[in-house]
Amino acid sequence: MSAPTTPRIVYRNARLLDPATGLDQHGDLLTDGEKIADFGQGLFSDSTPEGAEVVDLGGQCLAPGLVDMRVLIGEPGEEEKDTIKSASRAAAAGGITAMALLPNTDPVLDEVAGLEFIARRAREVKLVKVFAYGAATRGTEGNEITEMGLLGQAGAVAFTDGTKAIASAKTMRRALSYAKTFGKLIVQHPEEPSLAAGGMMNSGEIATRLGLVGIPREAEIIMIERDLRLAELTGGRLHFAHISTGESVDLIRRAKARGLKVTCDTAPHYFALTETDVGDYRTYAKVSPPLRGEMDRRAIVDGLADGTIDAIASDHVPQDQDQKRLPFAQAAPGVIGLETLFPLTLELVHKGKMPLLKALACVTANPAAILDLAVGRIVKGGPADLVVFDADVPWQIDVSRFKSKSKNSPFENRPVQGRPLRTIVDGRTVWRAED
Amino acid sequence: MSANPSPDTVFPHRHLLGIEGLRAGEITQILDLADGYVEQNRRPVKKSNLLDGRTQVNLFFENSTRTRTSFELAGKRLGADVINMSTDSSSVKKGETLIDTAMTLNAMHLDALVVRHADSGAVKLLADKVNCSVINAGDGHHEHPTQALLDALAIRRRLGRLDGLIVAICGDILHSRVARSNIHLLNAMGARVRCVAPPTLLPSQIERLGVEVHHSMKTGLRDADVVMMLRLQTERMSGQYVPSTREYFYFYGLDYEKLEVAKPDAVIMHPGPMNRGVEIDSEVADDLKRSMILDQVELGVAVRMAVLDLLTRERRQSDLAGAV
Repeated sequence: MSAPTTPRIVYRNARLLDPATGLDQHGDLLTDGEKIADFGQGLFSDSTPEGAEVVDLGGQCLAPGLVDMRVLIGEPGEEEKDTIKSASRAAAAGGITAMALLPNTDPVLDEVAGLEFIARRAREVKLVKVFAYGAATRGTEGNEITEMGLLGQAGAVAFTDGTKAIASAKTMRRALSYAKTFGKLIVQHPEEPSLAAGGMMNSGEIATRLGLVGIPREAEIIMIERDLRLAELTGGRLHFAHISTGESVDLIRRAKARGLKVTCDTAPHYFALTETDVGDYRTYAKVSPPLRGEMDRRAIVDGLADGTIDAIASDHVPQDQDQKRLPFAQAAPGVIGLETLFPLTLELVHKGKMPLLKALACVTANPAAILDLAVGRIVKGGPADLVVFDADVPWQIDVSRFKSKSKNSPFENRPVQGRPLRTIVDGRTVWRAED
Repeated sequence: MSANPSPDTVFPHRHLLGIEGLRAGEITQILDLADGYVEQNRRPVKKSNLLDGRTQVNLFFENSTRTRTSFELAGKRLGADVINMSTDSSSVKKGETLIDTAMTLNAMHLDALVVRHADSGAVKLLADKVNCSVINAGDGHHEHPTQALLDALAIRRRLGRLDGLIVAICGDILHSRVARSNIHLLNAMGARVRCVAPPTLLPSQIERLGVEVHHSMKTGLRDADVVMMLRLQTERMSGQYVPSTREYFYFYGLDYEKLEVAKPDAVIMHPGPMNRGVEIDSEVADDLKRSMILDQVELGVAVRMAVLDLLTRERRQSDLAGAV
């Protein structure tokens, strides 16, 4: 007889966590090949299925693998920053089993061929699941909408100009309208470019002291207000990426209450850092949108806690040293985030801001639902994309151990709690913690 | 008030990157020392040998004639070897990064590096990489500390004090490193600082730096002891920040009429170069009784000598001790 093609693995003695269903109980989980075959309390306490490998988790947590809905990498075009391979390894080490790549590559992902290239590279690397956004406009130039239907067939999970705002109200209206044909989502980087032009950090006292050109909070607020109107006008599905101000949260909260089809995410740096982290021109704290003040940071935490903010995405933007060891004005914006997304999300739990399941939902089921991906849940017959983690272990962030090619993290040496121990994609262990 | 350190005391900073963070006593120490150098500069033979054998490089990434000349004179009058580098002649144009430039210069064993750069924070980035003392000769919109020091020296010599004076800083504060350095210095020394400008030329939350904000010269200049005019860059006049030179001069250009509300003996300053007829009327600028514009130029050299003296002092003392 030939060897079984579908290995069966029993993860025993686990704290099973599924934010989509609210499951939080001690039990076992069986994977059969790429799928979750069964799970539950005392499932295999007496005997294990014949031929199955048994992994005793010693009471550690077992949850759906993380879904990171905002990742920028340099392939194609800037492979020195991060490739699909290096980013996949970083994701796996960060407990992420699926990530969605922004289209701001070189060339831009505005053609079917670009998306096919990403899919092929992902198959070759075969670590985590790699999804990609299609550009909303050709060349992300904000003028002509892309072939959303064909791009969708080629795998585009949604449409966005990524790190660039769709600036023209006319184009945004068309994009929202046209994407409806295919039931697709438009993701906006909410920043009015003419107000943000030349800006380097949040507008205010610190920017004034440092002599840096400020970006007013209103650049974000205005764009959100405008786009909410356009979503209402068109009936299109709209998602705001990395929101950073209290007013953004308020606006979206009210829009949701009105029944608008709108969602949003934020990134860990908007709830874990503030503009004071720019300190004495620390270019690692230069991000887009800029880090805001303490009141905004708290409002973002509150928005996560009350569910207005649906998801947390790493907003991974790798930059090599040459792009960061520069005067602040010239330095490129962005921080790496694949390997800090999980511990920084857990920080909200340890600080008592959110229960564990709710925090997990922000990085699993919620982003999966926004992008309409069949991942991010523990469900019989669903993909066995899982993370085993210790929710409490204290450690200190050490960027030198990160798998990402770029090391631009403002979180170096930050003490955190909780870390992934094993990452499983389609039933295969793609990463395990050392020791 | 605490006793001021004597002019011989070692200065507790390796670099002069900004005024923010300096204590009143340290500012006074620089000004007291500069007073002495004013006398030296007025003698027929102006050169001393304090910095004999020391090397000073003036690294200017932005064009400047007066500041560079002032630093060059200051170094030479103290006996240092002074070399001027500008972006035209340096490898920066060939794509060398700021940090590479710093490392290269560092390998040449400089004693003092004077840097001007168009980007805020660039001088600090350089200072972190070199072993010599770095003097900020202006970085972006951030600081221009020696300008503020020379302004303070000019005011102190003319009016006898800084404490309690009302100083109105007028014009393009948004883009002005001179304004920021002056605000920090004057506040540290107990002066009352006003910023007078249209809102388009004021940075966000400038009042948090401890200044009163005025949009009209009439209220801004009332009872002022000192009126400090700032240069308005020509490229900012045509509709970007103010609609026209004509309108700007009408509302914010300094003339005798606007000056009437200030104290009768109020003095007028300008960091230069002036735009006559834009931010300042020629008659006022050339009024020898009130305008300190030429005093500022003279005192600039003395202040820079004082700064070079102080920043190299510890190094010179320890070299001396090592030689014994």
